[in-house]
Amino acid sequence: MKHIVKIMTLLVAITAVWISLLQTAMIPPSYTWLLPLYLIISLGCYGLLMVGVGLMQFPTCPQEALLLQQDVIEAKEFLKHKGVDVGSD
Amino acid sequence: MAEQQNKNKYSIIVPTYNERLNIALIVYLVFKHIPDINFEIIIVDDGSPDGTQDIVKQLQQVYGEDRVLLRPRPRKLGLGTAYIHGLKHATGNFVIIMDADLSHHPKYLPQFIKKKIETGASIVTGTRYVTGGGVHGWTLMRKLTSRGANVLAHTLLWPGVSDLTGSFRLYKKTVLEHIISSCVSKGYVFQMEMIVRASRKGYHIEEVPITFVDRVYGRGGKT
Repeated sequence: MKHIVKIMTLLVAITAVWISLLQTAMIPPSYTWLLPLYLIISLGCYGLLMVGVGLMQFPTCPQEALLLQQDVIEAKEFLKHKGVDVGSD
Repeated sequence: MAEQQNKNKYSIIVPTYNERLNIALIVYLVFKHIPDINFEIIIVDDGSPDGTQDIVKQLQQVYGEDRVLLRPRPRKLGLGTAYIHGLKHATGNFVIIMDADLSHHPKYLPQFIKKKIETGASIVTGTRYVTGGGVHGWTLMRKLTSRGANVLAHTLLWPGVSDLTGSFRLYKKTVLEHIISSCVSKGYVFQMEMIVRASRKGYHIEEVPITFVDRVYGRGGKT
């Protein structure tokens, strides 16, 4: 199934649930009308939360920079020995 | 397992622009980390004014013209077309793409290959965003935009991979050819498009955590 079809199906399903809630009046109608708004706001908050959490947990690797420097020294020595020009640019 | 490895050849495509020091370091590190693998390095240089191609020719003297291939182009013609150009000259059945600025460390190449053999995946992509992976040298702003774009793209696209913009990947050659022909975007969106299209077409994709140290030497192709 194409991706856009999946998204549309999801939206249609949510809309159907919303309309049925309006019809059956289990929840006071004034509240039901605002449900889509609450949903969008919740989604937005969830998104921001995920960005924040991801930012805090962003994996970093400072030790890799050191290892890289060691690799660079090793590489430069070998290559200079073999006649490759490794002067810095 | 060993027999399977003997039949496979890996073409490593490295697009370069003004990477005269980095390309020598990369070639050394590749030979250091996968000495027993049948591979070739295809350097697609877009007419670098800093003499990158002269350095590559020196490297060919050291490592052999059958292992280090120089396939230059007259000027900067874009990343996507650089891969296509490299693909034309690739004689391997698997293709690895990586950046030339040492942000992609060749020490992960054995892990990519091992993952591919273990799982039989068509694509193995490096991810910086899981445990075991990571970045270094990124400002808070860069991390914020990266994380924000990631959350947005995941919400809209449901891609099935954790790192959409990464460009350290191993592809089965036929798979790469197939996907590239259907891509339409440019720049780093192109990397995203490739992996999302691959995911949609149902290719088996696996991930390997990689570390990404921001460029140390030179300026490369950034204008």
